[in-house]
Amino acid sequence: MTAAIRAHALEKRYRDVHALRGIDLTVEQGEFFALLGPNGAGKTTFISILAGLARATAGRAEVMGHDVVNDYRAARRMLGVVPQELVFDPFFTVRETLRIQSGYYGLRRNDAWIDELLTHLGLADKADTNMRRLSGGMKRRVLVAQALVHRPPVIVLDEPTAGVDVELRQSLWAFIRRLNREGHTILLTTHYLEEAEALCERVAMLKQGRIVALDHTARLLSRDAERRLELKLAPPRLPPELQGRLVECRDGRYCLRLSDYAEVETVLASLREAGIRVEDMALAQADLEDVFLRIMGQQV
Amino acid sequence: MTGFLTLFHKELLRFWKVMLQTVAAPILTALLYLLIFSHVLEEHVQVYPGVSYTAFLMPGLIMMSVLQNAFANSSSSLIQSKITGNIVFVLLPPLSYVEFFLAYLLAAMVRGLVVGLGVALVGLAFTDLTLAHPLWMLAFALAASAVFGAIGIIAGIWAEKFDHLAGIQNFLIVPLTFLSGVFYSIHSLPPFWQAVSHWNPVFYMIDGFRYGFFGQSDVPPGVGMAVVLPSVLVLTGLTLLLLRRGYKLRH
Ligand SMILES: Nc1ncnc2c1ncn2[C@@H]1O[C@H](COP(=O)(O)OP(=O)(O)O)[C@@H](O)[C@H]1O
Ligand SMILES: [Mg+2]
Repeated sequence: MTAAIRAHALEKRYRDVHALRGIDLTVEQGEFFALLGPNGAGKTTFISILAGLARATAGRAEVMGHDVVNDYRAARRMLGVVPQELVFDPFFTVRETLRIQSGYYGLRRNDAWIDELLTHLGLADKADTNMRRLSGGMKRRVLVAQALVHRPPVIVLDEPTAGVDVELRQSLWAFIRRLNREGHTILLTTHYLEEAEALCERVAMLKQGRIVALDHTARLLSRDAERRLELKLAPPRLPPELQGRLVECRDGRYCLRLSDYAEVETVLASLREAGIRVEDMALAQADLEDVFLRIMGQQV
Repeated sequence: MTGFLTLFHKELLRFWKVMLQTVAAPILTALLYLLIFSHVLEEHVQVYPGVSYTAFLMPGLIMMSVLQNAFANSSSSLIQSKITGNIVFVLLPPLSYVEFFLAYLLAAMVRGLVVGLGVALVGLAFTDLTLAHPLWMLAFALAASAVFGAIGIIAGIWAEKFDHLAGIQNFLIVPLTFLSGVFYSIHSLPPFWQAVSHWNPVFYMIDGFRYGFFGQSDVPPGVGMAVVLPSVLVLTGLTLLLLRRGYKLRH
């Protein structure tokens, strides 16, 4: 099957920034994929090249098998982009905006789909409101609708929930999930790692223009698999054989490193032998944020 | 085709929705020039025999309005879209650079011609106008609005802020139009300035346009068209080249 997105040795240099340093990435059709990375890592640049808003210095990119430069018309028809910036055209109402955007894609009568989009994005009662008069969250929804007017098989969202209230975030994700279930490929960048963890099957982590991690979310989490055991002890002291596991001790709570959960028994046995009572206990597993911070902390 | 038509239509709506600023205001400006200059000069100046100064002035003012508004339309639309960021809405779809060019150009021409027509209609309240050669008149109006519509596209692409555009407006567009015989025949100028005027393409636009009304001009209309038409072609070529390369639009 044709890949939804394929990048090969993609490089981008701006005058004094090397924004992408050789990106190889394939996103298969139907995937829900996250591109993570700190500010300035190159996420938006990558998306811009896919969308034809920027030109690669070297390498190639394809959307649904169409080269984004040589076959740009077909590639752009396959792609819907929700830009990072909250942009809008103040001259038009929501419905006018969506009709015009449809027209750019060659769609003359698209009102049935536009109405559906408006309904699903909670914009139905704003259809005839001027863009200027919408709140930030509402404008963001219109941007999502604009990206979808031509029913693109591949949808790219560049930090779609930045600065968006919780309620909208939930309904937006419900909608995007539905699109994904219906077969759309989703590529998203986000700062909210718990979102990526909850939604995305695979993630790529980008740092200074390079992919530094690329795997299934679950595997990335388990590979990092440092489990931790938090204990409140009475008396508050640790037997010597457990000192090696100590990560930190704060407010009388000891945090111990485990390589797997079976080791809990060993720890508890040592404590019992030393006559130390466990007053409270909690297990914690690494989340995407821990993985992210660890990977970003390493030297490239 | 639908993509092009939509962009063209959007560009028309953009100025039509604020026509008080984009159409009515420039007509009023031209009317003020007409009132002041004709009041001051009507008794003293007759450029062509049998043509009153007010009548002589009219085609010049119409053409000036056409040029300035064609330029204003494409340049301000592009700079606004670039600064607000909504230019992405037209960069993301599969529009070709030729469609992009034609949509912005034709909308600019329409704005210029609509304002020009408005100036003509209002002016008719003050003076009679004959139309000796309507086709020449039309040909010069179309070609001139195309030239300035294309310059507006180039300026809009190049400019990074409104100041840049104001600079082009003040240091290029206004001098070119004022020093082109809007208010006088260049034959009334000293020889040096006459020679300079012959290097100004706008002079040929206004002169040829005036020929369409009175059948009289400083240079024959064919010569004028031989200057103006190549200007259209060169600017079209240049604009298409910039758009194809994505100059300042696609990084
Ligand atoms: N148009 C541009 N001109 C020059 N440098 C740019 C441009 N766009 C982005 N950059 C630089 O490229 C790097 C990557 O930026 P970006 O792709 O926006 O990162 P991200 O989206 O991951 O925050 C940054 O250092 C940024 O300053
Ligand atoms: Mg970004």
